[in-house]
Amino acid sequence: MASRPIQYRMISRASVALVALSALLRCSATLAEEITLAVASNFSAPMTEIVTAFESTSEHRVRVAFGSSGKLLAQIQHGAPFEAFFSADQDKVSYLISAGSADPASRITYARGRLILWTANSTLAGGERQALESGAFRHLAIANPRLAPYGAAAMEVLHALKLEDETRAKRVVGENIAQTYQYVASGNAQLGFIALSQVFLNGNLTAGSGWIVPDTLHQPIRQDAVILQRDREQGRRTATDAFWAFFQGQQAQRIIERYGYRVGTPTQTPVEKVDAG
Amino acid sequence: MLGESDLTAIWLTLKLAGTVTLLLLILGTPLAYWLANTQSRWKGPVSAVVTLPLVLPPTVLGFYLLIFMGPAGPMGKLTESLGLGTLPFTFAGLVFASLLYSMPFVVQPIQNAIEAQGRRHAEVAATLRAGPWDRFWHITLPLAKPGIVTATVLGFAHTVGEFGVILMIGGNIPGETRVVSVQIYDHVEALEYARAHWLSAAMLVFSFTVLLALYTLQRRHAALRWRYGP
Repeated sequence: MASRPIQYRMISRASVALVALSALLRCSATLAEEITLAVASNFSAPMTEIVTAFESTSEHRVRVAFGSSGKLLAQIQHGAPFEAFFSADQDKVSYLISAGSADPASRITYARGRLILWTANSTLAGGERQALESGAFRHLAIANPRLAPYGAAAMEVLHALKLEDETRAKRVVGENIAQTYQYVASGNAQLGFIALSQVFLNGNLTAGSGWIVPDTLHQPIRQDAVILQRDREQGRRTATDAFWAFFQGQQAQRIIERYGYRVGTPTQTPVEKVDAG
Repeated sequence: MLGESDLTAIWLTLKLAGTVTLLLLILGTPLAYWLANTQSRWKGPVSAVVTLPLVLPPTVLGFYLLIFMGPAGPMGKLTESLGLGTLPFTFAGLVFASLLYSMPFVVQPIQNAIEAQGRRHAEVAATLRAGPWDRFWHITLPLAKPGIVTATVLGFAHTVGEFGVILMIGGNIPGETRVVSVQIYDHVEALEYARAHWLSAAMLVFSFTVLLALYTLQRRHAALRWRYGP
């Protein structure tokens, strides 16, 4: 009983401290916001580097949720708390815009993907294309053309090389480009069409060997990004805009290129296509 | 409604689940019998291995199987030296993976049923000069019947519902490795929600019916036991 007044005093002191602490937190929150981006898995390596670069120049913090574009899209439709969406294609961004879930003015083509016919098997090194054409392999891995833009592009390449029918029985399909890589890296498929960005850094292949497919053999793999329409506090909107500006700046663009993507607006595509061919 | 590729996937799924359940009953029953009766120090490790697929994420199992069955893995080397090629991307590969994946759902109910019998029945039979083989077929197995029924239903249903492992090692080949769960996943990812709905609804109705049948059966059996004693 005698200890009661002391308890009261302790509680009141603690509550004063709590109020002060929460005021402090709220104060710092207005300075540095945390935003969350939804990013297609194939872009994870450059995005991680870009975020690090951004955070070193800004007080804002960026969290990134990687996943397949289709899954991220479904999550966005069901209210996932993302500020922006970096898709592996253009369709899903168009879909969100037409559904009124994204800001059309913010839309950018942030990267154009390149395909590589890749192998982890050293005996095939340097002769990937010949192996593909002569059928000297057991399995050819591609990403699901119905779901993954890199898979659709791979099918276009096979069509252009008139190998669609020959390879039919040998094709195995990964649900996304990461799994397709896994099939080839584990040696279960001797050849596979994967994203160049998965095995490329600073002008060199980081593993295995491959034939970088000329852009002329398939439609450009354009990857679009868009800012999502959400009820957001002003602070987070400012942080998103800051990241958006940084992302389109030179430093970020150079990072994207280092990972084997092409950058630039879609209108420049035909010029580069001739160069590549 | 269901398209032709959906029906192919359904047929493949039933074929896979049927094959796996049959093999699991053949392999799992002796294993369950051994686990229920043994005093061996291997009982713990073996039980743990059998139960692992229950707690491991299917992606872990699928990832290791892909490497284990691949050309650089021990199993892949074995199957290649036997002239069978490698198992990923084949129906046989799915059967092998599903055996591991659904093993606990078959072994555990049978093991529990055998353990619940106690030793008395078998010992009484032994005094009447019934040999071990005789006791197994005429005492242990008939008494374990409810456990075996549960094991069959769960093993089948669980294989039908398998997704992660098959996605990892299947390669999504129509008629060979593209089962219903993968087909549904494809539909959802391709934003074809109507087709996904039909297949998903079929799956839901199927699973519910199977489980309902199982529990109704178990209840009836429990009632019988109550009347006639164990």
